[in-house]
Amino acid sequence: MKIILDNSKCEGHGRCYALAPELFDADDEGYAVLKLTGAVPAGSEEHATLASANCPEFAITVED
Amino acid sequence: MTDVQKPPMQDWATDFDHTHPDYAAQATEIWDDLRGRCPVAHSDRFGGVWLPTRHEDVAAIAHDTEHFSSEGVIVSPWKPEGLAPAGYAPPITSDPPFHAIARRLLLPAFSPAAIAKWEPSARQSCRDLIEEVVSSADVVDAAAQYTQHVPVRVIADMLGVPRSDGDKFRGFIHRILEDPGASIGTLAYEDTLDYYLHQVVADHRDNPRDDLIGFLMEAEMDGQKLSDDHIGGTIALLLIAGIDTTWSAIGASLWHLAQTPVDRARLVAEPSLLPVAVEEFLRFYAPVTMARIVKEEVAVGGCTFNQRDWVLLSFPAANRDPEAFEDADRFVIDRVRNRHSAFGLGIHRCLGSNLARMEMTVAIDEWMRAFPDFELADAGAVRWSTGQVRGPRQLPVRILKRGAE
Repeated sequence: MKIILDNSKCEGHGRCYALAPELFDADDEGYAVLKLTGAVPAGSEEHATLASANCPEFAITVED
Repeated sequence: MTDVQKPPMQDWATDFDHTHPDYAAQATEIWDDLRGRCPVAHSDRFGGVWLPTRHEDVAAIAHDTEHFSSEGVIVSPWKPEGLAPAGYAPPITSDPPFHAIARRLLLPAFSPAAIAKWEPSARQSCRDLIEEVVSSADVVDAAAQYTQHVPVRVIADMLGVPRSDGDKFRGFIHRILEDPGASIGTLAYEDTLDYYLHQVVADHRDNPRDDLIGFLMEAEMDGQKLSDDHIGGTIALLLIAGIDTTWSAIGASLWHLAQTPVDRARLVAEPSLLPVAVEEFLRFYAPVTMARIVKEEVAVGGCTFNQRDWVLLSFPAANRDPEAFEDADRFVIDRVRNRHSAFGLGIHRCLGSNLARMEMTVAIDEWMRAFPDFELADAGAVRWSTGQVRGPRQLPVRILKRGAE
């Protein structure tokens, strides 16, 4: 599974790093930062899906 | 607190008044009705105002800063003109490109890490407030004696103004948000928000200190100190937007819990569910409707909005749209997929969303620990605010069980 974060859509709602702190971080202004470069580690798939499903700006997509 | 009896509404689709007590009492039914048959309502009141009710339309407007200006964010008989791009309370009233610069200044103070530092004092405030009511009668006004004080104390501490000014803040909020325009020309200058802002800035100038107002007075944009209007407008924004919004959200959550024994029991049995429940409280009882002024003619939901028309951006109505949410009209305390827009969408996403979430979580948590079982004492005595921020202002509840000390 891969995560794609569209920074141009992120408005800093902060849902992703609250729901999936192992995958997302906040920068100093509260915008989302993706913590990983490659595939989602085993066991974090559900968190990745939740982060995507809770983003109010549709800024996160996950691909199998 | 509304002084004038307003005649009953005839048709919400063509003549709505969001400051009418009937709207306050039945807003969700009105949105559902309008969404089904309209879906964009219009009224000639306030110089012409539109009310879209579908998530799709609300989101499109919130993301379109080309056709919609934030110069006016509170629909009132006074329609700001010529104040863009800064507006009277930056950055909420600002348009691009000024908006991004004014907002960036404030973002670090409201980041999750910065807000986490305020949690212990917020929690202590909740405990102090509960301590004051815990020994009194079995009926407590959860709004007047609890929820309204929580954000007042936090924001007063953050800004660096006395907590005892809370009554003044609530007076400003009532005039500006609940009955907009009604007091124009009737107030002594010493009773106005403008006068208060001048006083607190002067006090900070005489006694410089390390708080948000001190920070604003030292801050620079493009190498220049902020203008006095900018500083005053931003303090006004933090005072007005930081208080009754959160007070409304906590109050609506307690109103829900007071009537829903199964959800009370669930939170008591499973306190770790609270962050998920808070998101559903935010979706289902989103307190804030924003406004825009049309910059140039544009079509939305089959209606043509004319230049200078008001538009109400009802995030609460969007959150109840069945096109956007499964079982939209059902409160699901463990809803894990919840893409709600209670904090708005686009560049004006609520600056204080992390603060509001923290305050809601702490206030509900402390209340449930102290009062694990409670119910409405008198459903007829519950009063909801009018205008663009919706929440209970009177909420008498009967305490059925007290928590262990």
